[in-house]
Amino acid sequence: MSEPLAIVDYGIGNLFSVANACARVGCDTRITSDPAELLRAPGVILPGVGAMPDAMQVLRDTGLADALREVAARGTPLLGICLGLQLLMREGTEFEPHAGLGLIDGDVVRLAGVDPLGRPLRVPHLGWNGVHAATAWEPTDLATVPDGSAMYFVHSFHVRPADSSVVLAETRYGDQTFCSAIASGSIVACQFHPERSGALGLGILRQFAIRAGVGAVIQESAA
Amino acid sequence: MLVRVIPRLDIKGPNLVKGVMLEGLRVLGKPEAFARRYYEAGADELLFVDVVASLYGRNSLSDIVARTARDVFIPLTVAGGIRSLEDIHTALRAGADKVAINTAAHQRPDLIREASRKYGASTVVVSIEAIKQSDGRYEAYTDNGRERTGRDAIAWAEQMAEAGAGELLVTSIDREGTGRGYDLELLTKIIDRVGIPVVASGGAGTAEHVVDAINITGAAAVASVLHYDLLPTLRNDPAAFDPSINLAHLQRPGFARIAPAPLGDIKRLLDLHGHTSRPTPEALHV
Repeated sequence: MSEPLAIVDYGIGNLFSVANACARVGCDTRITSDPAELLRAPGVILPGVGAMPDAMQVLRDTGLADALREVAARGTPLLGICLGLQLLMREGTEFEPHAGLGLIDGDVVRLAGVDPLGRPLRVPHLGWNGVHAATAWEPTDLATVPDGSAMYFVHSFHVRPADSSVVLAETRYGDQTFCSAIASGSIVACQFHPERSGALGLGILRQFAIRAGVGAVIQESAA
Repeated sequence: MLVRVIPRLDIKGPNLVKGVMLEGLRVLGKPEAFARRYYEAGADELLFVDVVASLYGRNSLSDIVARTARDVFIPLTVAGGIRSLEDIHTALRAGADKVAINTAAHQRPDLIREASRKYGASTVVVSIEAIKQSDGRYEAYTDNGRERTGRDAIAWAEQMAEAGAGELLVTSIDREGTGRGYDLELLTKIIDRVGIPVVASGGAGTAEHVVDAINITGAAAVASVLHYDLLPTLRNDPAAFDPSINLAHLQRPGFARIAPAPLGDIKRLLDLHGHTSRPTPEALHV
């Protein structure tokens, strides 16, 4: 019996929808705030919603920040979701500039722009939007997703990687085109929520589980 | 950005119910079964509303949401009886992604600021129940329109957006359950005054009404039109339908206003009007 995937619990965010979605694709998960469990897990999911400075504070205070850096250094598969993508970056700008985990070079900035009628964009960017390939999705966790598929977003900030070669996907909102997924080494992270994006989103979690060596092949019904 | 059609499931105890204007609540069946069918039909989100939570000071929705969240992988919003940060935590633990708050926000507006800071603006929806007054103004109500607040609904919407709400759910109580269409004037007034997403609710009787609302807000909650379309197909499913449920009210003249339509038909009509939404599974061929 292999170790379950670790879902990082740092006190905020809806971890349960991630756990439910993983269960649906046939893999065991453990919701944990124990750094040692992260290091034992075959793969680590960093989910989250909320404010980045508060989340970073918790990750530092609990030792989870160091454990996540160690997970990445060992090459263990790591999947960031929403705030979990933003936390990977070098620097955030919410409230005031502050350090992120620094696993990906680049920053996190507030969404700002105008819609086709010239009105300010509504923020948060909330709802389904197209995800377009910036580099090939084969053989990443997005391998089973058709280019341009709609995924569910809910966020007010977006990442700006310094190295454009890590940008896996882009999404257009009003006059803005932002990075909606990255891939770098053993890290894949998305701004949208695969656990809330129906069958296509579940496919991403299934691919991640396979990459972590715990994936079971189960057919998902349409939806 | 795609438009959103959001099935709204009003819950009383273990049952899906629907308010019928001037007649109170009618039981329609098991909410889990309806939720699952809507997910499979390509719903963009689901909205669960505990319609008696404020009345009895409790929230019984958690079990229904927890059961639904195991099978349904689109966003779930829970409304009704959310009074504190602890209640939000409980709802999220059950599998909700967002909570919608009305009564508690009127009692203590700072709750919205605190919840938004702790759980993220994207988790916090403020539910606004409005009734048009004889002088043309809109007043905010609580408890499904039973209690008035004395607050102007438009100014309240602005105040809640500033307090950190991530989204507004705007229900026209005087249209709710009537099938006469959404209150487009109310929606226009609110969308022009806030910079956050707004979901229209209350009054849809036809697929065309949904298009009218989405023209303004880009997102609409739909109840009767979808529920009454699904009901006949669920009648033979004992897991979904209790045969003792009395549906005699469907034969009454007032119901002529409701034209049931499946989600796919609503989405196709939206498409004809230039509003793209998430493809339904049959369109995706998955």
